[in-house]
Amino acid sequence: MRLRLAGLRSALAGPFDLSVAAGACVAVTGPSGSGKSLLLRMIADLDPNEGEVWCDDVPRAAMPAPEWRRRVAYAAAEPGWWAETVAPHFSDLAAAKSLAGAIGLAPALLVGLVARLSTGERQRLALLRTLLPAPPVLLLDEPTAALDAGSVAQVEALLRARLAAGAAVLLVTHDAALAARLGQRRFAMQAGKLAPA
Amino acid sequence: MKPTLPLTAPDLAIAALLVVLDGVLSVALGLGLHRQLAVAAARMVLQLVLIGFVLRYVFALASPAVTLLVVLLMMTVAAREVAVRPEQRLARFGNFAVGGAAVALATLLTSVLALTTALRPQPWYDARYAIPLAGIVLGNVLNAASLALDALLGAVVRERASIEAQLALGATIGVAMRRLVRDAVRRALLPIVNQMSAAGVVTLPGIMTGQILAGVDPMEAVKYQILLMFLLAGGSGLAAVATVLLAARRLTDGRQRLRLDRLLRR
Repeated sequence: MRLRLAGLRSALAGPFDLSVAAGACVAVTGPSGSGKSLLLRMIADLDPNEGEVWCDDVPRAAMPAPEWRRRVAYAAAEPGWWAETVAPHFSDLAAAKSLAGAIGLAPALLVGLVARLSTGERQRLALLRTLLPAPPVLLLDEPTAALDAGSVAQVEALLRARLAAGAAVLLVTHDAALAARLGQRRFAMQAGKLAPA
Repeated sequence: MKPTLPLTAPDLAIAALLVVLDGVLSVALGLGLHRQLAVAAARMVLQLVLIGFVLRYVFALASPAVTLLVVLLMMTVAAREVAVRPEQRLARFGNFAVGGAAVALATLLTSVLALTTALRPQPWYDARYAIPLAGIVLGNVLNAASLALDALLGAVVRERASIEAQLALGATIGVAMRRLVRDAVRRALLPIVNQMSAAGVVTLPGIMTGQILAGVDPMEAVKYQILLMFLLAGGSGLAAVATVLLAARRLTDGRQRLRLDRLLRR
């Protein structure tokens, strides 16, 4: 299993037990505030939590948190930016430029200012920086919320390519159609508990 | 040592007429300040006269334990000032703990350095030197520590998304917070940089003015002022760095998370 959770919980949500195989996408839908983002943040170890998590059968506790987060990469619904220009957010700018076109981003955006970007551009650039190091597990929080239908299709194609390459994806979305298209298994989050949907 | 122009009570009474003038202005212009003004002036006189007596008593005692006690008391008050300034509070009295540790470290290091090398009174912990020196260093160190703490705590709340975005991509908490740490230290050091650049040109520092008025040769007063400025600069730097590092440590945990749940809003 690429990703496995056993009894993952915090005071606000869980316990969660879930496995995602290589090449599989699990989609989670549910009302705002039901704990969807919290689940992803707990798996990425960004919020205090209890329980066990494995990536490729290696327990999370066996490695330092930064290394875990490089393997189990989380992209927040509202991406953060730590520099004024776009370029410092990418460790490999050339690779970013070559991949940008696939999700409808002009390579020139990568040398511009963050403040000039539209919400949709920010969202796709944030997805790009998460995807580029090719982490085995992707935790994606509303990756298409601010996108038009054409961009959603491009992002979807990129995610399918990652799945085909063996990544496991845990996708949180409000978009029921996207969840149905991408998610081999679907769950609904209700008050901090997961139920099959 | 007697000042060359000793002040008498009537001398001070004449100067006090200026505060009365302020009060008259307040009444005439309807500023509503005269009560506060009177209370503040009375407090100032009372506090200073009291501390004058206390210092005279402590100097005469010449007891290292009492001197240490007075310095510790001053540090506690300073730590409290550092703690209450920021809008954000670290849980479990974190602000006080961080402020206290930083203020104590910076003040003790710089004061002991000056007492054992530059000033060298006999003994080096002589209350007449140790207490006033610790006091002036504390005043500046307090300022630097509170600016640093306020800047860092404000920044982590404001920049939560950017810190966590870096963490989520596998950055260590040290890398993710580096810019905020640097900005907070820089902000804390600006006042002392300004103070040094303006010294003698824009302002005559208070200590130097006091010494010159008390009859000390200007060059001697200048030498003391330079020594003090260096001490204050060193103390401010130490306090700012210690504050920021200690506060940053409380904002993370063993799994390198950003623990904003450890911040309480005022």
